[in-house]
Amino acid sequence: MSAGAPGSRGEVGLFVTCLVDLMRPSVAFAALKLIEAAGYTAVVPESQTCCGQPGYNSGDTGAARMLARKLIAEFERFPHVVAPSGSCAGTVRTHYPDLFADEPEWRARAEALAAKTFELTQFLVDVACVTEVPGDFTGSVTYHDSCSGLRELGVKRQPRALLDSMPGVRRIEMPDCEECCGFGGLFSIKYPDISGAIVQRKCDSIHGSGACAVALGDLGCMMNIEGRLRRTGDEFTRVIHIAELLAGMPDEAGG
Amino acid sequence: MYFVDRVRQRLDDTELQRNLKRTRGRNAASRAAAVAAFTDFDAVRTRATEIRASVLRDLDIWLERFEQKAAETGATVLWARDGDEACRLIIDIARRHGVRTVVKSKSMVSEEAGLNAALEQAGIRPVETDLGEYILQINDNEAPSHIIMPVIHKSKEQVSELFARVHGTAPKTDIEDLTREAREKLRPEFLGADMGLSGGNFLIAETGSVAIVTNEGNGRLCTTMPRVHVALTGIEKVVPTLDDLSTLLRILPRSATGQAITNYVSLLTGPKQAGDPDGPEHMYFVLVDGGRADLLGGDFESMLRCIRCGACMNHCPVYQTVGGHSYGWVYPGPMGSVLTPLYQGLDQALDLPQAATLCNQCSVVCPVSIPLPELMRKLREKQVERGLRPWSERLGMRLWAWVAARPWLYAIGSRIAVRYLRWLAEGRDRIQVMGVAPGWTSQRDFPAPAERTFRDLYAAQRRGGRR
Repeated sequence: MSAGAPGSRGEVGLFVTCLVDLMRPSVAFAALKLIEAAGYTAVVPESQTCCGQPGYNSGDTGAARMLARKLIAEFERFPHVVAPSGSCAGTVRTHYPDLFADEPEWRARAEALAAKTFELTQFLVDVACVTEVPGDFTGSVTYHDSCSGLRELGVKRQPRALLDSMPGVRRIEMPDCEECCGFGGLFSIKYPDISGAIVQRKCDSIHGSGACAVALGDLGCMMNIEGRLRRTGDEFTRVIHIAELLAGMPDEAGG
Repeated sequence: MYFVDRVRQRLDDTELQRNLKRTRGRNAASRAAAVAAFTDFDAVRTRATEIRASVLRDLDIWLERFEQKAAETGATVLWARDGDEACRLIIDIARRHGVRTVVKSKSMVSEEAGLNAALEQAGIRPVETDLGEYILQINDNEAPSHIIMPVIHKSKEQVSELFARVHGTAPKTDIEDLTREAREKLRPEFLGADMGLSGGNFLIAETGSVAIVTNEGNGRLCTTMPRVHVALTGIEKVVPTLDDLSTLLRILPRSATGQAITNYVSLLTGPKQAGDPDGPEHMYFVLVDGGRADLLGGDFESMLRCIRCGACMNHCPVYQTVGGHSYGWVYPGPMGSVLTPLYQGLDQALDLPQAATLCNQCSVVCPVSIPLPELMRKLREKQVERGLRPWSERLGMRLWAWVAARPWLYAIGSRIAVRYLRWLAEGRDRIQVMGVAPGWTSQRDFPAPAERTFRDLYAAQRRGGRR
C-alpha cells in the first residue's frame, strides 16, 4: 500500500466512470482537484473502463462479473477508492459482493473493495473531513438526490454540507428532491414515454424551487434532466455536476 | 394489448392523468407522517420482517397447525392448488348450502382466481360490498387499479356519473351523498345474502383465526350476517401467534394509508357457537397456492413476505405515472412487476421487470423489507438465461462487455463514439435526433460530449507534465 507523495494523506484511486470519460471529462478533472485539495494523492489507473452496471441491471451477470473482476484487480491496492457517481460507487459497494456469492475468494476481495469505495462528496465529508472547497460559484442552487447515491449509500447531507460551505451559494430545496428523475439507465431508452413523463415532473420541481442551477452527483441524471430542460425550451437553468460546482470549473472542459 | 401500448393509452388519457396527479404523493405523505409520529418504526419493521421470514421457512408446519386449530373451532379448511380449484371449491360450498347471493368484502385472491365470473357462470350472484370494488363491479366489472384503493384512478365526478346511470338516480356531487347512495343499495344485499366471502390479511396459527383489516365495516357485515362465511386467501398469509399479529397490525395500516389503526380490525374464529348471539353457521377457509409454494426456498421467497399494504406502488415513479391498469394483471406497481411474471409465467410479462428505474424507493418503504429492485433484477437475469431478450439487446450487451474488458479497444471505441456524437450534434451543444437511441431523443435532447475523452486529455496532460 503506497502512501503517495511526502505530506500526502495517502493515495486515492479515482474511478472516473465510463460516462464521465466519454461525455464530461471536466467532472473527472474537478474530482481530481477536490481530492488533491483535501490533501490526498489522486491516482487514475489507466486500464479502467466500466464498473459493469449496465450488464448487471440488464440481467447479464456474466458480463457484470467479468468487469467487476477487472475493476477489483485495478483498484484493490488503494486505501480509498472514489467515484464521482452515486450509482457507480453504489454498484461496487452494494452489488459487487452479491455477484460473487458462489466464489468465496472473489467475494472477500469484493467486500474489501466495497468497504473502501465512496461517492465523491461522501469521501470528502465523511473520510477527508473537508469543510471548505475551492469553488467560487455564486447563485441559487437546488440539489437533486440521485437514487443510488441516496438510497444505496446514504448520500444526503454531504453534498449539502459542502454547498453550504460556499459563501456564494444560496441553497434552496426543491419539492420531492428524493424522487427519481426517470433515467434508470437503459430504461430511459426502452420506455421513453414513461421516462419522459417522470423527468418532466423533476423539471417542474426544479422550476418550483426557483433556483437558477441544479446540482447533482450522477451523470446519467444530469444528461436526462439537462436534455429535458433544453428540449422543453429552458435554456436558462444550469445543470451542474456537484464535483464541478465544488471545484469551481463548470465551464472549462479538461481543466 | 402489449405493455407499451397500454402505457401509451394511459399517458394519453387526460382524465386518468388528472386523477393520478390529484392523488400522487398523498399516500406517501400520510405514511411519512405516521412513521415520523411512531417511536422506533425501524425496530418494528425489523421484527415484522423477521416474523414473515421465519414463517416462510417452516410454512408447511404453520399451515398444518393452523388447519388443526381451525378445525377445533368447527371451521373447515380447504386447499386449492390454483385459482380455478378455489372457484370450484367455493361453488361447491355455495351449492351445498343453497346459496344464491354472495356478498363479498375485498379480496385480491378472488381477483387472481377470477371468482366473480366463475360464480356468475354457476348461477350464483356475487355482490362486491367494498365501496371501491362495488363501483368497479357496476362499471361492467372493471379491474381494480390498486390493491387497497381499487378505484383510485377515478374522480368523484366519474363515480357520480356512473351512479346516476346505473342506479337511475339524480347525479350527486358530494362524496358523502354518493357513499350513502351505495350504502342504501348494499344494505338489503347484506340482509338477503346466503354467503359472505372475505379475504384474509392474516391467518393466525395458534388460534385458527383469520384477521381482516378494513375501513368501511362491510367486512364485518359480510362475515357475520350470512349463514355461511368463506375466507379466501393465499397460503403465505399465516403467522404463528396473536403477538405476531399485533406487530404486523402496527405496521400494515401505517404503511398503507398512514393510519395508526384501521377503522375495523376483525378477528374471526370459527362458526357461531352455542350461546353466541350472531355469526355464521358454517365457516370455511379456502387457501390458495397459485404459484406460491414454488417460490419457497428459491431466489424469490422474500416476495412471499408481502402483506399487501400498497406502499411500494404509492412510492413508485412508474406506477404514479401509468396507473395500475397498465400492469395488465391483478397486482400493479413494483410488487406486481415481481408477482405477475412469477405467477403468470416469465414470458407472459416480459416488460414488467424491465419497466422500472430501480430507484429503490419501494424497498425502502416496504414494511417487511422485500428487496423489490433486486427481485426485478433477478427476473431480468432469468429472462436472459431463458433467451427471452431480443437478440439485438443480447448482442449489444455482449459486444459492450467484450470491448469494456479490453482497455485499448475501449479507448479506440470511446474515441470513435465521441466523434460520432459530435458529428450528430453538428457543432451545437446537443443532439436532437439520434438514430441509435431514438427513445432518448423522442423525449429529450442528448447533451453533446466534450471534444476528447478524459482518458485522452489526462494522458496528454501527463505527457505534458513529464516533459
